[in-house]
Amino acid sequence: MTRVFSLVTLAFFASVPLWLKDPYLLNALITTGIFIIGAMSMNLLLGFTGQLSLGHIAFFGIGAYVSALTSLGYDVPIVGDFHIVHTPWPPIAGFALAVVISGLCGYLVGKLSFRVRGAYFVIVTISFAEVVRLVALNWVELTQGPLALTNIPSITIGLPYLGYLTLKTKLQNYYLVLAVAAVAYFLISRLVHSHYGRAMRGLMENETLAVSVGIDVTKALTLTAIISAAIAGAAGSLYAHYIRIIDPEVFAFISTVTMVIMVVSGGKGSLAGPVVGGVIFGLLPVLLRPVMAPEAQWITYGLVLIAILFVLPRGIVPALAPKLGFGRQPVKPKPVVVTELTAKEHA
Amino acid sequence: MLEIRDIVCAYGQVTALKGISLSVKAGQLVALIGANGAGKSTTLRAISGLVPSRSGQMMFDGEDITGVGPQRVLTKGIAHCPEGRRVFPHMTVAENLDMGAYLRTDTSEVAVDRDRIYGEFPRLAERRKQAAGTLSGGEQQMLALGRALMSRPRLVMFDEPSLGLAPNIVERTFAIIRAIRDSGTTVLLVEQNAFAALEMCDHAYLLESGRVVLSGGGAELIANEHVRRAYLGG
Repeated sequence: MTRVFSLVTLAFFASVPLWLKDPYLLNALITTGIFIIGAMSMNLLLGFTGQLSLGHIAFFGIGAYVSALTSLGYDVPIVGDFHIVHTPWPPIAGFALAVVISGLCGYLVGKLSFRVRGAYFVIVTISFAEVVRLVALNWVELTQGPLALTNIPSITIGLPYLGYLTLKTKLQNYYLVLAVAAVAYFLISRLVHSHYGRAMRGLMENETLAVSVGIDVTKALTLTAIISAAIAGAAGSLYAHYIRIIDPEVFAFISTVTMVIMVVSGGKGSLAGPVVGGVIFGLLPVLLRPVMAPEAQWITYGLVLIAILFVLPRGIVPALAPKLGFGRQPVKPKPVVVTELTAKEHA
Repeated sequence: MLEIRDIVCAYGQVTALKGISLSVKAGQLVALIGANGAGKSTTLRAISGLVPSRSGQMMFDGEDITGVGPQRVLTKGIAHCPEGRRVFPHMTVAENLDMGAYLRTDTSEVAVDRDRIYGEFPRLAERRKQAAGTLSGGEQQMLALGRALMSRPRLVMFDEPSLGLAPNIVERTFAIIRAIRDSGTTVLLVEQNAFAALEMCDHAYLLESGRVVLSGGGAELIANEHVRRAYLGG
């Protein structure tokens, strides 16, 4: 049932460009899609292990910069006459490298902070994002600082029978983002239903018990952080090659907040939550723009958020899915009633 | 089977165990009794490696298990049923049982064990797809007992299994623990209910502020003047 629904949703998103011809809206869908991938990666950490990464945009931004620099090339002086020179590689290699390097950063941050967890993890991730932003701003030889990296090439992919295809148009990029989002969704779904995923959920639900059945807490959390960061890096790479210009503003804290809003409103810990929350809060500003003054837009945005969290505190998907017959039924606390029948059985 | 000598454990500045020595013989049901804060739970946590010991030595079947970590202790054959919330509330009954076999790699054998536990507890079989949090307190306890057996332990440690349960369920829990011992699995039991624990055990240790102050057969301890006055209300 859930699988059929996922496929129908995928087919629906695939059909959007067939009836939606407005390039402005298509652009909004592409950037929203990129952020939904980021939100899905954040949900893996927040929803399935309970760890809030408030610097999640760092992994996204690192992915964007790694991918951009790999495909643009650079010539950076290190000491004296010693330079590190890199000639441009194809953007697809940049994408791969973005995934790897972001994943590596996830490993480092996880390894550093999961010894203490909770609030400390939040602080470490915020600091990490800020440090990375300052590096991007000040290491002008590498990143151009506030002057931004420009002319980032579009992604070129090799297709069987079609040869090489450079994804320049909005339509092409829409399908690229949709494909990466679908793969990320599939990967996350496989992961949380695997042996490891059960360890992650067990850890969140009852840590003492999880340790007693032999789960290695630090290992499980670090692995999740690596995968989460790698997916965020993939989203960042897509962003860089679609927008084709990036500056240190990609590390803005507000972007992390947007992802948190997408995850929490949609429902953390549910696979579809970040998608639902992402579509709502990614497209809401775009839909409000033509009908309201700028001040009113943000007030409305805030009111919608408050309304959702007030009415559905666990998020949209966990509240609505059981009513539609999907997913897990919610846990209802059940009073212990010892009737004559059960008493006989217990005795 | 299990031999621990002079174990010292501390949480920060507070020394919880001041040199505990005890031994558990194969096939026995051994009880640890004592007041709150005497160090009963910490002893179990030290054995399973959840808290590191500052000094002392623990041997299990002739192998040193001091400081090897919780996973190694578990794979050596010691399962630990910690106190407090007994199950993973949002996971199904089946998933909870599988969690007990988390470190096992013999998937087909795990399925056999799961079916065996369903055979012992038909209520769990009926509710196998239900979230464990929706079970009654007694059913959750049966699930916890079943899960502890899923790692195929040779020694299983229960920490306060009677806590927060209705009297008839407590009775059934103790009956199951006795049955586990009778089927050949060694049991180390921590229990507040001193009388019940002493009545069912083969050997018992009395802990007071981090030390073993008395040990002997269950009947022997029940007859002891100090135990009667301090723990049995007599």
